[in-house]
Amino acid sequence: MLRRAMLTGAASLVAVVLAGCGERPQPSGDVEADNKLRIGIVAKSLGNGFFDAVHKGADEAAATLDAEIIFTGPTTPTAEGQIETLNALIAQRVDAIAISANDPDALVPTLKRAMQRGIKVISFDSAVAKEGRVVHLAPSSDVLIGQTVLDLAAELVPDGKGKMAVVSATPTSTNQNAWLVQMQQYMPKYPCLEYVSVVYGDDVADKSYRETVALIKQYPDLAVIVSLSSVGIVAAAKAVEDQGLTGKVKVTGLGLPSELAGYVRKGVVPKFAIWNPIDLGYATTQVAVQLARGTQPEDQEISIGRVGAVKFDGNGIGAMARPFIYDQSNVEQFAAIF
Amino acid sequence: MMINSATRRDLALGVIVVLLLASVTAAFPQFARPGNLAEILDDSAILILLALGQMLVILTRGIDLSIAANLALSGMLVALLNKNYPGAGVAPILLIALVSGTLLGAINGLLVWRLKLPPIVVTLGTMSVYRGLIYLSSGGTWVNDNQMSPQFLGFVRYEVLGLTLLSWLAIVAIAGFAMMMRYTVLGRNLYTAGGNPAAATYTGIDPGRMQFFAYMICGAIAGLCGYLWVARFAVAYTDIALGFELQVIAACLIGGVAIAGGIGTVAGVVLGCLFIGVIRNALPLIGISPFWQMGINGLVIVVAAVLSARRREDKRAILEAQAA
Repeated sequence: MLRRAMLTGAASLVAVVLAGCGERPQPSGDVEADNKLRIGIVAKSLGNGFFDAVHKGADEAAATLDAEIIFTGPTTPTAEGQIETLNALIAQRVDAIAISANDPDALVPTLKRAMQRGIKVISFDSAVAKEGRVVHLAPSSDVLIGQTVLDLAAELVPDGKGKMAVVSATPTSTNQNAWLVQMQQYMPKYPCLEYVSVVYGDDVADKSYRETVALIKQYPDLAVIVSLSSVGIVAAAKAVEDQGLTGKVKVTGLGLPSELAGYVRKGVVPKFAIWNPIDLGYATTQVAVQLARGTQPEDQEISIGRVGAVKFDGNGIGAMARPFIYDQSNVEQFAAIF
Repeated sequence: MMINSATRRDLALGVIVVLLLASVTAAFPQFARPGNLAEILDDSAILILLALGQMLVILTRGIDLSIAANLALSGMLVALLNKNYPGAGVAPILLIALVSGTLLGAINGLLVWRLKLPPIVVTLGTMSVYRGLIYLSSGGTWVNDNQMSPQFLGFVRYEVLGLTLLSWLAIVAIAGFAMMMRYTVLGRNLYTAGGNPAAATYTGIDPGRMQFFAYMICGAIAGLCGYLWVARFAVAYTDIALGFELQVIAACLIGGVAIAGGIGTVAGVVLGCLFIGVIRNALPLIGISPFWQMGINGLVIVVAAVLSARRREDKRAILEAQAA
C-alpha cells in the first residue's frame, strides 16, 4: 500500500512538472454566438486514444443533432486539471458538459457551480458523485457484461459443450466479483458449458500467467478461459500460446483492442468484448443534447439514436449497451484507437 | 566452520524442497514429470537471477528495494527500443538492458557509498523514481505482444537440451556466482565487508566500495531481467513486477541470507528460489484458496527468519566471533 502511495506520489510529481512545462489545452470551439447547442466534452486527459474515439462519436452525433462539440481536457489525468478545464467551459457558457471524471468527489463543487448557471452536467465512462451531475451514462452494466462474456464463451466452445474457467483479478475486486456473479446467474442458458474454476491473477502479469498454466494442467480438457481483466486476458493468452494450445483452449473476456490485436490474429483470442468508445461518445452527446433541450431523465427511456435507448435509475445511472464484440474483422481498426 | 554450518542449513533446505516436491507429487502425480520441472525452473529463473544479485547487496549489509523498479524501467526501455527498431536484433537489446540496469544500480551504490545514506531509504526513494521514469518514458501506454519482434520474444523461449535459454541463463549465473563468491577476491571481500566492516577496513577493504560493487552488479542483473521479464510475459507497462522485490528478498531470507549481512550462500539462495517456485506453482494446481496461498507464503518467510535468528546465536561469521 505504502509503495503504491509513494509511486502515485512520484508519478503525480512528475505529472505536475510535466503539466507545468506543457502547453495549456485551448478549447477548440467557436465562441461566437449562434443558436447551435454547444456541448463541452471533458476527457480524463488529452492525447488518450480512448477519448479521441469518444470525440469522433460525439462529432458524429452532433452533426445529426445540430449541436457543436467542444472537446477538451487536461494534459495529465488529474482532477485539478479537469477543474481548470471546467472553469474555462463555464466561462464559455456552454449548454451542457459531459465529463469522464478523474475523481468522483473533487469535481463536485465546480460542477455544482456549472449546474447553478444552467449548464446540464452528465458524467460518462468514469462517474461523478450524484450531487455533481444530473445523470451518469455507464458504458455498460454488470448484467450486460456478464451475459455478453458468457455468450462469447459459449460461442467459442465446439457445440457449446465444454469446460470453462475464469482468470479473475484479486479475490476482493468489487467489479470482477459482480461480473462473475452475473455470469453465473446466466449459466442456466448454456447447460452444456461447465464452469469448473476461478483463479486469481491479482491483475499482475506473472501471477495471471502462472495461474493460467496451472488451470491448463489441472483441467487438460479445458475448452475456454474467460478473463475480465485487461492484464489477466493478455497473460492468459500468452500462457495458452506458450503451452502450444492455440485454438484448442480459447481465451476470451474483456480487453483492449490494441493489447489483443496480436492474439486475435493468431487465433488465441478469437473474439473479445469491450465497450465501444465511439458509441460511448455518440450516446453521451445524444443524452447531453436532449437534457439541454429540456428532457427530464426521470422515469422514461431516452433514445440514443443508433445505439438504442437508455433508462436512468433512481440514482441517475444508466447503462448504454452491451459491450461491443471485437474479432478479426474489426480489431485492427480499433487497435489504432485504443 | 562457517561453511559447515551453512552447508548443513543448505542441505536441510534442500531436503525440505525435495519433500515438498514429493508431497505435491503424491497429490498430483504429473507434477514431478520432467517437462513440468523444467517449467518450474523456467518460471523461477528470473527470481533466481534477481535473488543472486540481491544476495550480494544484503551480504554487504544493504538492501535493494528498487530491484523490481529497475527491472521494469530497463524492461520498458528495451521494449520501446524493440517497438521502434524491430530489426535491431537481440544483441543490442541485451546490451542496453545491462547498461541501463548497471547505471540505475550504480546510482543506488553511489548514494549509499558516497553520501553514507541508509540503503533502505535510498532504494525506497529510487524505487519510486524509477517507476515514475517508466511512466515518463512510455507515456503510461503498454507495449504489447504484437509490437515485439519474433526474435525479441523468441530468445528467452529458445530451447537447448530441453531447457529454455532463460533457464540456461539462470544456471550459468548460479555457476558464475558460486565461483565468484568462493574463489575470487571480490567475492571474499564482499563477505568480509558485510561480516565485519570495521575489520574489513583494517585489512584494506573499503566496505562502502564493496557496497557500490554489490549494487552495481545487482543493478546489471535487474536490467537484464527487465528484458527477460518483458520477453517472457510479452507485455510491458508501468506496473510490471510491482512488488516483486519483496519476493526476491523473501527468497534470499528463506535461503538463509542474514539480513544483517555477512552470511549467505549461493546454494541457499537458489534453494530459497526453488522453494518459492515450487510453492507458487503447486498451490494453484492443488486448488488452494488464494487467501491460504498468501498465508502460506508469509508463514514460510517467518519460519525462515526464526531459523536464521537461531543460527546467528550459534555462530556468526568467523571474523566477528574472534573479535568478540
